[in-house]
Amino acid sequence: MSAAELKSHYSLVIIGAGPAGLCAAVAAAEHGLDVALLDDQRAPGGQIYRAIESIPTERARLLGSEYQRGDKMVSAMRNADVEYYPDTQVWSLSREREIGLLCGRTAAMISADQVILAGGAIERPLPFPGWTLPGVMNAGAGQILFKSQGIVPADGVVLAGSGPLLLLLAWQYMHAGVQIEALLDFTPMRNHLRAMPYLPRALLAHHYLLNGLKYKMDLKRAGISTVQNVSNLRAKGEKSLESVSYIHSGQQQTIETDLLLTHFGIIPHIQLAQAAGCRHNWDKRQQCWRPQVDDWGNSSIDGILIVGDGVGIGGARTAEHAGRLTALQAVHKLGRIARHERDRLARDDRKWMRDEQHIRPFLEAFFHIPAKLLGAPADDTVVCRCEEVTAGAIRKAISVGHDDSNQVKFLTRCGMGPCQGRQCAESVAHIVATATGKSLPQVGLYRARPPASPLTLEQLARLFPDEKE
Amino acid sequence: MNTDVLIIGGGLMGFSTALQLAKRGARCIILDKDSPGRHASGVNAGGLRRLNRNPAEIPLSIASAEMWHDIASLVDSDCDTRFPGQIRVAENQQDMLALEQRAAMVRDLGYDHEEIIDRLELYKLVPALMPECEGALICRSDGYGRPFHALDAFRRKTCSLGVECHDSTRVDQIDHDHKGWRLITPKSEYRAPVLVNCAGAWAGPIAATLGEPVPLKAGAPMLMITERLPRFIEPVIGAASRKLSFKQMQNGTLLIGGAHMAELDFKRQSTEMNWAKLAVSAQTVMALFPQLKNVRIVRTWAGIEAFMPDHLPVISRSSTSPHAYHAFGFSAHGFQMSPIVGKILSQLILDDQTELPIEPFDIKRFRNDM
Repeated sequence: MSAAELKSHYSLVIIGAGPAGLCAAVAAAEHGLDVALLDDQRAPGGQIYRAIESIPTERARLLGSEYQRGDKMVSAMRNADVEYYPDTQVWSLSREREIGLLCGRTAAMISADQVILAGGAIERPLPFPGWTLPGVMNAGAGQILFKSQGIVPADGVVLAGSGPLLLLLAWQYMHAGVQIEALLDFTPMRNHLRAMPYLPRALLAHHYLLNGLKYKMDLKRAGISTVQNVSNLRAKGEKSLESVSYIHSGQQQTIETDLLLTHFGIIPHIQLAQAAGCRHNWDKRQQCWRPQVDDWGNSSIDGILIVGDGVGIGGARTAEHAGRLTALQAVHKLGRIARHERDRLARDDRKWMRDEQHIRPFLEAFFHIPAKLLGAPADDTVVCRCEEVTAGAIRKAISVGHDDSNQVKFLTRCGMGPCQGRQCAESVAHIVATATGKSLPQVGLYRARPPASPLTLEQLARLFPDEKE
Repeated sequence: MNTDVLIIGGGLMGFSTALQLAKRGARCIILDKDSPGRHASGVNAGGLRRLNRNPAEIPLSIASAEMWHDIASLVDSDCDTRFPGQIRVAENQQDMLALEQRAAMVRDLGYDHEEIIDRLELYKLVPALMPECEGALICRSDGYGRPFHALDAFRRKTCSLGVECHDSTRVDQIDHDHKGWRLITPKSEYRAPVLVNCAGAWAGPIAATLGEPVPLKAGAPMLMITERLPRFIEPVIGAASRKLSFKQMQNGTLLIGGAHMAELDFKRQSTEMNWAKLAVSAQTVMALFPQLKNVRIVRTWAGIEAFMPDHLPVISRSSTSPHAYHAFGFSAHGFQMSPIVGKILSQLILDDQTELPIEPFDIKRFRNDM
């Protein structure tokens, strides 16, 4: 639907059309709620099911069965009584649930009785020397190109980092015939020990473990070996990437390549929750900030619910269940169903969601990112790409007494560029914490400075044409 | 902890005062409930403006401008200052008339820093301006700085002279006895013969504790900043009959203010943007610079400031307590005044007299209001 069809008020607005948002929208519409589903992408599915409606069968097969699950979810939303607005950026969300958005190129301000944030996750930005060179990208960006346009690296690729997505992408690339020059695994050996205590519980969700093992075996069989326990990643090149170096078993190694895809896990995309003023807590195990929510997705602000990877990384299947649960809560809060009815309808999703979560503690421990990697980049490493602020400049600001994220931001301008600190907020907090010995909660996050995504002077001016001084 | 002067509030006024006192040998401790410059001092628009000041403020503002032009000799940093002038544009005959009256009034008071310029000169200085303007009022050597950099420079210089600044230190209780002032904070107790209230938007309860309540209102003027643009304008632009403060910063971004207020939740120290009012600012910018309509706004914010009903600050001895002093209520135009206020207050404290007149800023003026 387009901007002209937007109403000024809905009983429920859902932001994000990945698994959580799609399932929430369908469930809420089933109970007769007046639902708008806003998404910044051109088509539904989120990152995980990107391009699911338009993808050629052959490419969908290469992406695996988990990807194909998205088909059902998206068609259910299409068939439900949901107003779906693609290509719609939400740039502001207030405590009173006023939502500033850009639908296409038109700005609008709408409101809702209940808001569900289903914004998913972003890849954890992790600065290392050379990471801003053209030719260095996130693994997620590589996957987006593959899913949406079928673009794969033509001249080989080096994959580096730590996390399930890295393995999955390697496996997908392998099937697509991409030449993988090296798969550099930064997961430290000690993480195997760290994760052991969680293995018994993880076995309850053994299909995840089996999938992981299968990917590894398939890669090995194809002759792609993983270099394990790697450190000191460096991307080098004059104008663009020419080579990648790393240290393995005490030896420095160099690989010539013009494409490096890195991945160091994913973290909740909390920008809108933060903008609204929802309370956030630091999660040591997931190594990220998470909005505080209860079992039903209620945030610290009445009427704002948060669900899916946006509240903490739980994966796509968890997001489906949680999406439905949160929708039930919204339906209940709007007086459409009684509490016992909500609880009854929630039973199955609750159980399945619990089953899904067995694997998480194991994964979190296994893919725990070493503190040194997070909080101690070399002085010449650019941390804030927008304003080109280096780790050295940040440490200099810290050394003269600016010992929290916001003071460092004020002094160095890191986080003041168009990306609004999405790319550097976590890194800066880690650097300050490492340098000062403070905890992450003490160091804090950048305070939200709307708009969450840019809008033009004209778009803003036209939003309230009759307003006078 | 014992010292000579206890200052509540680690903003620019507090540091500027401590700096001047320390230069003359007094020991000071600054107590701040948050971190230095967390509110108005760190996040204001950075205007260094004598233009269009209330006549009562002109002597201080002129003296402060002299200090800003040589600010490195005071704090070892130029605080990223620039002095390309500040201009107040007349969009029509009526505006022009008002500006001419203003210029005449300032001239009659014996000052020559504000001048009228005609169309020709206006477009020479600001070629990017929409073509129908009549002329302007200008103060040629006004300018702007970067507030947090200024705060940082003042803080570092002040601390290098032995002043201590204790952040995250909320003052819970203020007592006075024969030994002087006693401030109680969650962690410790501070004592000094002299107390200074530079607590900005939080200064009201302190004045009330001293038995001299003031009609202070906290407000949060909104600012917005755009993406970087190639340099196209030097002076700071305001308008005679619109709320606007507009400048292109050192790095090419445009800083747009207009004294429109955010929704403020004072207790939680949080602000929420009033987009309808920001839209008015956007309309104003587009009226004066239509070519900017596709420029993207990347950030907005609002710092919490103290406003007095007459928009004049309180710079004053306490009228009720011995050896207590106030400097607050700058009503969103204190940044420029901060160097001179520190100097004046240090004179008031150490010499019991000041080099410039401060009667208009006396706290007693609110006696009958409360």
